[in-house]
Amino acid sequence: MKKVQFKSNYSQYFFLAPQLLILLIFLYWPIIQTFKDAFTMQDAFGFGSQFAGFDNFLFIFSDPSYFTAFKFTIIYSFVITLITGSIGLLLAVQANKVMHGKSAYKTLLIWPYAIAPAVVGVMANYFFSERYGLLHHLFNNLWGFNWYENVFDAYIYVIIAGSWKQISANFIFFLAGLQAIQKTVIEASIIDCKSNIRRFWTITFPLLMPTTFFLIIINITYAFFDTFGIIDTTTIGAPGSETKTLVYKAYIDGFKGLDLGSAGAQSIMMMIIVLVITIFQFRYIEGKIHYN
Amino acid sequence: MTKYISLTINHFILSIGLLVMIVPIWIIFASSTHSSLFINTNGLQFFLGDNFIENYSRVLFKQSGFFNEITALKMFFNSFVMATGIAILSVVTSLMAAYGLVYFKVKYATVIFWLIFITLLVPLELRIMPSYIVMSKLNLVNTFAGLILPISASAIATFFFRQFYKSIPDELLEAAKLDGTNSLRFFIDFLIPLSKTMIAAVFIFMFVFGYNQYLWPLIMTTSEQYWTVVMGLKTMYGSISDRFAFVIMSMIPPVIIIIFLQKLFIQGIFQNK
Repeated sequence: MKKVQFKSNYSQYFFLAPQLLILLIFLYWPIIQTFKDAFTMQDAFGFGSQFAGFDNFLFIFSDPSYFTAFKFTIIYSFVITLITGSIGLLLAVQANKVMHGKSAYKTLLIWPYAIAPAVVGVMANYFFSERYGLLHHLFNNLWGFNWYENVFDAYIYVIIAGSWKQISANFIFFLAGLQAIQKTVIEASIIDCKSNIRRFWTITFPLLMPTTFFLIIINITYAFFDTFGIIDTTTIGAPGSETKTLVYKAYIDGFKGLDLGSAGAQSIMMMIIVLVITIFQFRYIEGKIHYN
Repeated sequence: MTKYISLTINHFILSIGLLVMIVPIWIIFASSTHSSLFINTNGLQFFLGDNFIENYSRVLFKQSGFFNEITALKMFFNSFVMATGIAILSVVTSLMAAYGLVYFKVKYATVIFWLIFITLLVPLELRIMPSYIVMSKLNLVNTFAGLILPISASAIATFFFRQFYKSIPDELLEAAKLDGTNSLRFFIDFLIPLSKTMIAAVFIFMFVFGYNQYLWPLIMTTSEQYWTVVMGLKTMYGSISDRFAFVIMSMIPPVIIIIFLQKLFIQGIFQNK
């Protein structure tokens, strides 16, 4: 920390106490409860429970619907990251080049960022409804779109709904990243390399790596957790349960199915996934990035 | 000449981006100004109708919900209380905790550091069911405290403030110490004024984050009196144009905040880098 610090016996705890207290009650207590749930088995009527070891985990691993949710979550995060990242970068590069109307473009492209995922989902609902839906009609004319029966079509529905607002977040951060690159570096590179496209991939893009990397994590987290509101207001997992994310499935099993053991085990599995992503972030990628 | 061509291409691509972002909202807005009968027969609309005032005032003041116990106006009030509470509580607790971590010699500092930051790995969505059980044990279901506290239990803001404090030169504290300033005075007179931009950015971020919560209010509010805008959206019943009007109204508060305070927000985030 700091080289110069206050020396005191108690004031530091006065400053730390409010946050630690809130975390202990509203975060650690539920987390401990999650672990307890995951390792106990409750009988069907909720009268008693007993220690179950890893039975809940074995149960979710033998459940094909868990793998369906796992597969969908991975595909969903990957596609959303790819789509929103590349469109966000494309728009940011253009906005960084234009001289007129830069701030107008910026303002108008930024604001969907503020809209709640659940609100986006409700809106998407109208565009994909059989009755009013413009996109439903368009896709239906193209290839017979029907998301209640066709898994691929349901994927398209939730991917469009999930990507739309996240483009804004990617645009904001890429633009800020581009503006942080020093003019002199770009000017020097113009002398060495005439081609715009090659210069972008060999000079600008490597300098944007910290931003890109940060956004990959942000997008994956978004696809894992924040899309709950989107799934719950669009497909609700339809056609069968092919568009349930892991978070959505844990919620359905816990709240609707009242299976606390399974929901707890699923939560712990997700914590492990988040932990792995974070370790990967710090250990592997951070070392390979060139900061400017 | 080639410069003009490439600039035209830039503007062209940006315009397509703008259309993708704006047209969906425009269509919902335009449709919200028509009567339901008109929408039901003619589908979504591109052009404005003349039921704007009628539809919007009906949605704001009409009783709705399963038991017809709440108006949209009350939902907005609830959302504001929740979002403001989350923003204030996160800013205050995180500002203090980061100060405690950076400016003091703390026993077991590493343990406390990890106790705080490992919570970043466990978003509310992962502990939703047990959180509900804890809240019902504490009798906090259907209260504002129940809506606010678990969402404020987050270390994201602490992380930002900690990074910011670390970037402040040590000389500031040395000078203050020579003047005999105590730790509380240093915090209030020096650090808080220095962190103004950062505080504003975190406040905006947490306000929008709180306002946009969906799952937690869905679970925590069995009484309609505590419904918030974003969760009420799905459950609110009404004619199709009422629902369009409510969708448009629901996005106004966070969107206005982000548009007007975007400079502050972006500055705050990038002060760290």
